[in-house]
This record gives sequence, structure tokens and C-alpha cells, in this order.
Amino acid sequence: MAEVLVVVEHSGGEVKKVTLEMLTLARELGTPAAVVLGGPGTAAPLAGKLGEYGAAKVYVGESSLFDEFLVAPKAAVLAELVRSVSPAAVLLGSTQEGKEIAARLAVKLDNGLLTDVSSLDGEGVATQTVFAGSTIVKSKVTRGLPLVTVRPNSLTPAPAPATAEVAQLEVTVDEPAKLARVVERKVEPKGARPELTEASVVVSGGRGVGNADNFKLVEELADLLGGAVGASRAAVDSGFYPHQFQVGQTGKTVSPQLYVALGISGAIQHRAGMQTSKTIVAVNKDAEAPIFELADFGVVGDLFKVVPQAAEEIRKRK
Amino acid sequence: MNIVVLVKQVPDSSAERSLRTDDNTVDRGSANNVINEMDEYAIEEALRIQDAHGGEVTILTMGPAGASESIRKALSMGPDRAVHVLDDALHGSCAVTTSKVLAAALGTLNADLVICGAESTDGRVQVMPHMLAERMGVAALTGARKLTVDGSSLTIERQTEEGFEVVAASTPAIVSVWDTINEPRYPSFKGIMAAKKKPVQTLSLADLGIAQSEVGSDGATSAVVEASKRPPRSGGQKVNDEGEGGLKLVEYLASEKFV
Repeated sequence: MAEVLVVVEHSGGEVKKVTLEMLTLARELGTPAAVVLGGPGTAAPLAGKLGEYGAAKVYVGESSLFDEFLVAPKAAVLAELVRSVSPAAVLLGSTQEGKEIAARLAVKLDNGLLTDVSSLDGEGVATQTVFAGSTIVKSKVTRGLPLVTVRPNSLTPAPAPATAEVAQLEVTVDEPAKLARVVERKVEPKGARPELTEASVVVSGGRGVGNADNFKLVEELADLLGGAVGASRAAVDSGFYPHQFQVGQTGKTVSPQLYVALGISGAIQHRAGMQTSKTIVAVNKDAEAPIFELADFGVVGDLFKVVPQAAEEIRKRK
Repeated sequence: MNIVVLVKQVPDSSAERSLRTDDNTVDRGSANNVINEMDEYAIEEALRIQDAHGGEVTILTMGPAGASESIRKALSMGPDRAVHVLDDALHGSCAVTTSKVLAAALGTLNADLVICGAESTDGRVQVMPHMLAERMGVAALTGARKLTVDGSSLTIERQTEEGFEVVAASTPAIVSVWDTINEPRYPSFKGIMAAKKKPVQTLSLADLGIAQSEVGSDGATSAVVEASKRPPRSGGQKVNDEGEGGLKLVEYLASEKFV
């Protein structure tokens, strides 16, 4: 069986969840082969986890160039690898970096590209959800191999232990890939909460939360449910919560098992970012709010009464 | 500094949007077509740089004849002129072929800096700046929440999953911006009147030396094989809080095994 290349997303010496999802998907399409690109010493702590999820091979490219310059060196090395191993497909995470690498790869290989894919079958047919989750599209790359970016949380990762053979890649990068220099990387403390796009539970607050201070209520419920915190654009624009937590059009798209919307009316721009969530729960004082059209369970009421009571009850049950 | 701003006309994202049933392309005929919201931030950023450093701001749009409305709207904010890549054969182009056409058009414009929105509200694909950079051999600084111009040096700050990073390059370069970067101005009455007289140059595929077979549905590198409306989510239970709303909520979460 031909190899399916999975471009590994990693952070702080750990494999990101979307990569495990991609390895799980890759197993259905061919022989999963993980590709780790990063600074010297990146691959060693990742290899075990990659093997655990079925990577039969781990291609390793290590060079300080990957950290020094934005995505272009990664695309250059990947293009070489694709040319030499002719894989059955190439999977990347539908993240900022994944999409950027994929964009360059598509041009280098003159190959079609499908982004934000939630599934891919053996015939190369991918499923995407477009227009604020209202339309499901099945599409195919018609020139080259299936090059797709996979939306986080699209499937449940399942282990399938394999012994990963490690193959070192030569990292040669030409000058045009060294134009955008990363001069500073700032890691902001994010606490114990899961990353928004990867979280299986997301609790979001909207305009109804009223002010930045009240977002503590949203955070409290998120922590009790082991989830991430999100915010609607109205809440972000009002300065209640930072932009990187915005869900919806011009923000993040999330697809968790459980989405809890607190004081969010559910404008179409917000729905764009959360409509494919598996279960949706809403609390809003306006019985006519469009969010209730989506919610599997809705409480019409004052969130400042409903949420503390719910938090108390969850604590009791724990 | 000569700046080109990429502007895309898209169906209004606050209304229902759909794909055409005949060829699965975006249905623009029945939609209210507007400037991609994020592009307004790109225009604003270009105008601010022009105010500080001089030079010319040009709008570049690829799109059907109706896109000229969005071009005038863009010009009413203050840019000097526009270029409209207009050719019926472009209908159905994918991102890869679109980047080929835009790169060719940019090749005629000699820009020091190309600015675009980080994503369009219709496709939300975010790939165009890196595709263009790859084709043109220039730097791409993407997803900027802050852009600093100092002579030929460009520095952006961009949000990442872990925090943020600062990325630098020299012109010529492409920068894409998020809506956190500025607050776009509203066109003034004077601006709207002036926009009517600003030059809009039309470029066809022949002008760019690109064959019709390389673009549109014929040249597309991917295709939609099937599209369907997602069955609308049926609203589930809705309860009024009469003092026990929180308890009922937890009961539901427990029944679904979330608690």
C-alpha cells in the first residue's frame, strides 16, 4: 500500500490531537507515514506517540531553518518528499500553519488543494462544510494527489500500535524560502484549559455576559466541564474577552462534542463557527433568540441565575 | 511605497448563501454581493501607510462584471485606482488557478507591498497570500494584527495558537491582515463622488498571456462532485427557567454523559 503522508503538528514536545486524528484517517487510505519538521531534537519525544497511532514510518527533517523562517522551508522539504515517495495522499491540519504549508505545496506541485476537510474516502472524495455550516460539499482533487487539510475534531483518534521506522530527510532550502524571518516567538500562558479548536467541550459567552468580569462565570463552567472558553464577536468587540477566543466568521471554527452558548443570540456569523458541534446547549433570556433553533437543549432564562446553579449542581455531582 | 490591495466580492455573509445547482459554483446571482469584510481592513491599512509614506494605492479584483460595484465601493474609501481582471472564462476557477491569474496581474503592477484580508468570508480558505508568494518569489507575512513599515522593512505581529510571533521581511512582500489590525473608515460623501472618476483598468486573460484552458472549470485543480443543504438542526427541548433552569441543564448534560 502506498504511503499517506501526515504532516505532524506539535507543540512543546507533544503531538497535537489533530495529528492523531489524521493518523487514524490515514490508516484507512494507505500506510500512515508521519512527517516531523522542526528544530534539532524535535522528533525524538514525538516518535512514540506517532507509532502508537499507527505511523509505520516517521520522516524526520530537523533544522533551525524551520524555526527561523515562516512555513516556506517546510513546504520546500515536503515538496521534495512528495516527489520522491509519490504518496497516496498528503494530510495536514486545517490550522493556520497547516493551511499555509499546503498553499505553498499546492503551487510547487501544481496540485489541487482541499481545506477544512472532515472526511476523506479511498476514492479521494473529501467532505467539507461551507457557508456557515449550511451546505455539505463533496469534492475531489482533479489534478495531482489528494492534498487536504483536515479540520480538528473531525474524527475520534484511535490507537493502532505500529513500529515506526525513522527516515532522516535532507533539509535543503533555497533563498526564496528564507524571506519571512521569525524574529520573536512569544508564548502566552494559557493555563490548564484545552486549546479552543481541539477541545471536546467549548463554553462560549456572548453580549449577554455583559462585561469582562462576568466572563469568570463562563470560565468557571468551562473548567467544570473540562472545556475551552470561547466568545462571540459581539463579546470580543465589546472587549469582554480576547480575540483569539472568538468563535465564528472572522474567528475560529470549532466542532466539539458539546458547545454551550451563554448569552449568545446566534447570529449567522456566530453559527458559522460552531454549527457542526455535536451537541449544542444554550442559555439566553430571549426566547426568540435564533440560537434556540440550533440548540439540542435550551434554557430561557437569566444566565446569571442559571449558570451558577448549574455550576453548583455539577460540583455536587462530582 | 506602491501598494496593491486585493479585494474580493463575496455574497453577504449575514444572509443565506448557496451553491448553484448547475455547476456547484458560488451562487452570486441571487446573492447580495459585497466587499469581503476583511478586505476593508486591508484597504484601511494601505491608506494609513500611504498617509505616512506616500505612494499609490491600487485595488486589484478578479471577478465577474458585477464586481465593479465593489471596486467603486473600495475606491470610495480613498485608493487611487483599480484593476479589474475580468474574463468569462475565469468562472469556476479554483484557488490554485486564481493565484496564477492574480500573480500575473500583480506582475503588471510593480507593487512594493500587496495587502489582502486574511480570509474571504465565502471560502474561508486563507491560502491566497502564500500561493501568491510562492509564485512571485516574495515574502508572505500572514495573519497580521499589527504591521509596521520602516523604509523597505516590514514587521508584523501575528496571533498563534501558543501566543504571538513577530515576523519580518523586506519589500516586495505580501501581507494579510485580520480584523484586529485597525478600524476601517467609512467612505465620505466626497470619497464616493471622487470614486466615480477614478481610473479602473480592465485586464482580460489575453492581456495577461494566460490561456482560457488554464483557468475556470477546465483548468481547475479540484472540483465539487456533489453539494447538498445540510439538514437544518432541529431545535431540541427548550425550558423556561422557573428557578430550576440550572438543575435541568445539568440533568440534560448528565443524560448525555457530559457530567
